[in-house]
Order: sequence, then structure tokens, then C-alpha cells
Amino acid sequence: MKTFMFLAAAILATAALGNAATSATAVHIKDDAYNPATLTVHAGDIVLFVNDDDDAHTVTARDGSFDSKGLDTHQSWQHTFTKPGSYAYFCELHPFMKGTIIVKAVTQ
Amino acid sequence: MRRGAFIDHVAWTGLGIAYTLSPAGVMTGRALAEGMSNDTIAFVQISDSHIGFHQAANPDVEATLTASVDAINALPQQPAFVVHTGDITHLSSAEQFDRAHSLLGKLRAPLIALPGEHDVLGNDFKPYLSNFKIPNATDAGWASWENGGVHFVAILNVFSFEKMGLLGNDQLAWLERDLAPLPKSRPIVVFTHVPLYALYPDWGWTTEDGSKALALLQRFDRVTVLNGHIHQVITHEEGNIRFASAAATAYPQPKPGTAAKPGPVTLPHDDLLRAIGYRTVQLATGNDARIVDRALG
Repeated sequence: MKTFMFLAAAILATAALGNAATSATAVHIKDDAYNPATLTVHAGDIVLFVNDDDDAHTVTARDGSFDSKGLDTHQSWQHTFTKPGSYAYFCELHPFMKGTIIVKAVTQ
Repeated sequence: MRRGAFIDHVAWTGLGIAYTLSPAGVMTGRALAEGMSNDTIAFVQISDSHIGFHQAANPDVEATLTASVDAINALPQQPAFVVHTGDITHLSSAEQFDRAHSLLGKLRAPLIALPGEHDVLGNDFKPYLSNFKIPNATDAGWASWENGGVHFVAILNVFSFEKMGLLGNDQLAWLERDLAPLPKSRPIVVFTHVPLYALYPDWGWTTEDGSKALALLQRFDRVTVLNGHIHQVITHEEGNIRFASAAATAYPQPKPGTAAKPGPVTLPHDDLLRAIGYRTVQLATGNDARIVDRALG
């Protein structure tokens, strides 16, 4: 059942690619690392976090603004970044894992 | 060097070894002949069951936890209690806690279960506390109790994920008050999930303010600190404090620094059973803790 939910999330994220106002980008988790470790997106973009690792991980913002909760192997989670800024995040289960999402303002 | 040799033995031939942590700091291998005698307090430690994990390193963590429970129930003398030093579940879900509660409920001896970081994801203690609250615990979750002339302390170091492990000033102040009235001759046994000393900080195998707790424990003649988290048997000494990390019931992790990262190690099934299991601990008056790590295979 969970597989279907995450499949649905992936399809939604893919569908969002077709929307001119937003785009979807992915961060892959493998070998206790976020790839890419720093990702730059625009306000309104959706970022899909995919756990390709053999261990569970989380995507947890240091400022508390987002938290994937536990992501098992092959699970994914997405978040829409609406406010410009720099968002540092880490894994609650492996605090030495660090990543940053840089959100740029959309220029008219 | 001696410790390194012991770890090699555990990693490659399983857990079938008994050792005593003597005052001189010498570990002595022993045969696993006798059961637990009557004139001591005896308890069992299990750890890191990760109920809900279903990867190659152990496709059936419920079966290996059940095998551990059955082996403990079959001990010739039942332990005073069984302590689980955390990571009962893999991802803190209600379903995983329900399964774990049901499987651990088959233990004949009373269960004392500490949370690991896998049990309180999102810093949410509710699913854990609704299943496994430590008897007589403070509102914050930590606890101490006396049994058989031994002072037992259950310390929680999974509150802060960014600085895992961390005890925090409230818990340290509580520990200071808890230990203050005790004579230095009182044997102390401390349970934690994450190692209390800097076992391998690069992999987060340390407690940031653990040295403050160790300073409070240093004045006692005999202190034993038993933890989980690292899924392997590693022993260590600092003054009168002896540390012993326990094997998991789920799957092993690499020895510190021998792999690019910590995480599940996949072994052939027979080797897996030799790398996981449970631990019996005996404390006799005037003697050091006798710790025996027992593998499932």
C-alpha cells in the first residue's frame, strides 16, 4: 500500500513538470549522502527526495520548516519550497549527513 | 590491541564468548558452561530489533527477535528483568510498535525498554511511551531503580537529533541528584542507547555531553555502562567505568572505520545468526559485572 502512495507521489511530481509555473528536481540519497548536497531551485519548485540507500533516512530542516519523517529504502518524499532563502537540512538518523536547498526568488 | 583482537573474534566467529571486566582492565575469555547462580542479580540485555526493517541484511527481523525471546525464556534461571536498549522499531510507526509490543510481550521476565532514535523520529515520544514506558520513569522518560543491592540508571540520549547523542542539562542535573546520596561502594549499572563515550564520533557513535555524566559516575568503585546503537560488541574502560556495547537482534553494522559508512551489513544467513543475539549480565557482591554475549547461531 505504501508503495502505491509513493508511486502516486512520484507521478504527481512528474506531472508537476508539465506545469509551466513549477518544476521538479530530485535529491537522491545514497551511501549516507544527499546528491546533490547543495541544490538551487526557484520559489514554488517541488523537490523530490528519493532514498536509494539500503538504510532509512530523513530529510529534516534545521529551522524546523520541513521534515520528511522516516524514509525507508525506495521511499520518496517531496516538498514545495515557496520562500526564497537557504535551507540547511540533515538526517535525524545520521546527523553527519548534511544538505542545503537554496531557493531563489522568481524574477518577473 | 587486546580489544581489537576480541572484536575480530566477535565479527568473524560470532558472539559465543564470555568475558569478565576485571579491575586490572584485563578481559578474560571463558567457556559458556554455567548458567546464572542464585547469589547474584542477573539480567538480560537485548537491543536494536528494528521491527519493520525488511532489507537484505535481515529480511525477517521479527523471527530473530522471537528467537532471542525464546532463548531468554529458556534460560535455566529467569533474569530479574530484560532491558532493551533501544531501536525497538525501524521507523517509529504505530504498526511497528504494535508488532514489537506483541513480540516482546512473550518474555517471561519483566521488560524495561529504552527508546533509540529510530523509536522517536520527529522527536515524537508518544508512540514509544504508549507502548514501552520505563517503570517509575520521570515525566521526561529517564529512570533509576534499586535491585539486588545494585543501583540501575536508564539514561536517554536520543532527544536531540542534530547533536545525537545528547543528555541535556535537565537530565544531567537529575543524574547528579540521583547519585548524590549513594556510597561509592554501591555498584552502578547504566543503560543508554547511544554510546556515552566517544566510541566513533565520525559515525555519530558518541554522546556530546556524555563526559559530564561520566564525571558524575567516576567516584564509584564499580560502574558498568551498557548501550546499543552500534549493533556489535565493543568494550572500553575509563577509570572504574566499564563500557560494553551490545549486538543487535536485527543485523550487524561495520566495525568503526572499516567501511565508508555505518549501516546494515549483509552476511550469509548462518553468519548473520552468529553476529546477532542477546547478552546475559551477572553482578555478584564485590565482583565486577560478568557479561556474556550469546549469538543466535
